[in-house]
Amino acid sequence: MGNYSLKEVMNKPERLAPGHRMCAGCGATIAVRAVLRALHEGDRAVIGNATGCLEVSSYMYPYTAWEDSYIHNAFENAGATLSGVETAYKALKKRGRLPQDETYKFITFGGDGGTYDIGFQSLSGAMERGHDMVYVCYDNGAYMNTGIQRSSATPMYADTTTTPVGKKSDGKMQNRKDLASIIADHDVAYVAQTTFTSDFKDLHTKAEKAIYTEGACFLNIMAPCPRGWRYDTPEIMKICKLAVETCYWPLFEVDHGKWTLSYEPKKKLPIEDFLKEQGRFKHLFKPGNEGLIAQFQAEVDRRWEDLQYKCARGN
Amino acid sequence: MAIKDRMSGNEAVSYAIRQINPDVMPAFPITPSTEIPQMVSTYIANGEMDTEFIPVESEHSSMSAAIGAQAAGARSLTATSSAGLALMWEELLLAASNRMPLAMALVNRTLSGPININCDHSDGMGARDTGWIQIYAENNQEAYDNFIQAYPIAEHENVHLPIMICQDGFITSHAVENIKLLEDHVVKEFVGEYRPEEYLLNPGKPIAVGPYSVTNYAMEAKKNQEIALENSKAVILEVAKRFERISGRSYGLFEEYKTEDADYIMLLIGSAAGTAKQAVHNMRKEGKKVGVIKLRVFRPFPAKELAEALRNCKAVAIMDRCESYNGNGGPLGSEVTAGLFRHKVSIEAVNYIYGLAGRDFTVEDVYDIFEELSDAVENGKEVEQYQYVGLRK
Repeated sequence: MGNYSLKEVMNKPERLAPGHRMCAGCGATIAVRAVLRALHEGDRAVIGNATGCLEVSSYMYPYTAWEDSYIHNAFENAGATLSGVETAYKALKKRGRLPQDETYKFITFGGDGGTYDIGFQSLSGAMERGHDMVYVCYDNGAYMNTGIQRSSATPMYADTTTTPVGKKSDGKMQNRKDLASIIADHDVAYVAQTTFTSDFKDLHTKAEKAIYTEGACFLNIMAPCPRGWRYDTPEIMKICKLAVETCYWPLFEVDHGKWTLSYEPKKKLPIEDFLKEQGRFKHLFKPGNEGLIAQFQAEVDRRWEDLQYKCARGN
Repeated sequence: MAIKDRMSGNEAVSYAIRQINPDVMPAFPITPSTEIPQMVSTYIANGEMDTEFIPVESEHSSMSAAIGAQAAGARSLTATSSAGLALMWEELLLAASNRMPLAMALVNRTLSGPININCDHSDGMGARDTGWIQIYAENNQEAYDNFIQAYPIAEHENVHLPIMICQDGFITSHAVENIKLLEDHVVKEFVGEYRPEEYLLNPGKPIAVGPYSVTNYAMEAKKNQEIALENSKAVILEVAKRFERISGRSYGLFEEYKTEDADYIMLLIGSAAGTAKQAVHNMRKEGKKVGVIKLRVFRPFPAKELAEALRNCKAVAIMDRCESYNGNGGPLGSEVTAGLFRHKVSIEAVNYIYGLAGRDFTVEDVYDIFEELSDAVENGKEVEQYQYVGLRK
């Protein structure tokens, strides 16, 4: 990956065609296109998809935006469905029903609802069994397709439609689940956490590694949702940068059990810088709520230190 | 040459699966179907078949993976019972609506609660409107024979629907009986290779499966699925004819036993047909004009054919091994009486619920039921149209 060039990879043929019905500025399609750019030309793929915004907007009968074979089954079973597809590939290869020189890769996409929550069991099963596939979570931290309800990926104090801020509520009361660590603890081949950086190198490198590492691989991609997070849509890259620079969303990978930090900010920015850009955290900046921000900061610090420890130890 | 052996129903179905050697089998254990994935795994471990087995973490995932494998171009199947089938429910609908011709060995067991591992048909009947073809067996021989006919029916170009091959938990699945098996090469030739037209792993011809469909299109998809289910009736009969040529055993939508001149007929599904036939055999010796219809194909429902078969009798006892909690009878009771009405057959039709959660159903029960039917017809006795048999007093 030494000779990565954004310009070069952007010139590859798109595998998610334009004309789908996702919102302008949606993080999910940016994540999908970036992952698919890591597929080597000539390699075929079967794309899986949990029910969610991405599915209902990209394959609306009789139109599909997917250049590769694609399967949507239901909400909670993207892991199991693709494990069936991947096993069929093995069976057909073994029985000579597919030419030996045909290579297929298996990539499935789910939002945090389909991945952290309702699809968690199916994902855990597929990862534990070690299917040769990549599960990609586009994590926008709430159930956006049904209208911004909290998920276990929603950060503490976020204002969502099922954790609304009110006289007696400061928003969501729990911290978010650390899914990348949980999947890493399944002893899978490769896990990485990433988001959109200015040159997309981090995402591209990790996607390529996940696709071309044998065994079960998991990518957790922070993919902001302008509607759910309530920021100015064109500011998506700034939001992602602040998530990384505040260590809210650290970039790391776990390659066959070895933890490595992909990026360490020179100067860790205060969490307010990330929060203040987003309408879902607006209430935290009301006078008297300074303590809530301090708690948020303490949780970010705790997780960052824990990650640094794991990476320093290497496993 | 037929191979004579002794086997349980689970062994018989596993033997059929070995002979068919499908591409992919995801499964999760549940009593009383657990032996099927165990036996298949053992065949694979011993090199007697080379199906890819996926030990999934739940039945929802077994059906999900089976759909994924089938969509990818592989012949797939699973096995389950009771709560396992209930957990799959959402996926049963998707298997049918995505037109996946996969097979399932269903070993019928009651649904919870209370939790109970024994036979009734509440699992299969709970899935009766999911779009699957459902074929029920009376004994291990039929379970074996039906499984061998499963893929030729499901994969037929006019059908493309999933198929459930059902047998009664423990009564059939675990009881060992004599059986006639076909030779491996005969089965392989009969079932043939799976050659889908469109599938995910078709190089250069990608497809998309499982669309969001707006109102403009979704209704036609549902109608097409319904047409396919109707089409399956002729295909089931055609495949049965072909099967008779290799086995000498003939199958239809249902089996009639001494019904030709019968005034009173008992209509039922599954292993209890054996009990009913024994009782009819005994009663015929006393000159009683009684008969049995054993329904083999529940989906598609042969309403017209059943109405014709019942047209000349005086009364029918419709036996449901399932309560459907509609306050009006069991599923078979509801469907048969609707069928009689639609085809203008006006006879006494009493719906009995029996054998729930493994409750015994005896020859004496059959005598009593026929007695009640004749009392109603000949003496004008008022009979409850929906009642239980064999309850503790």
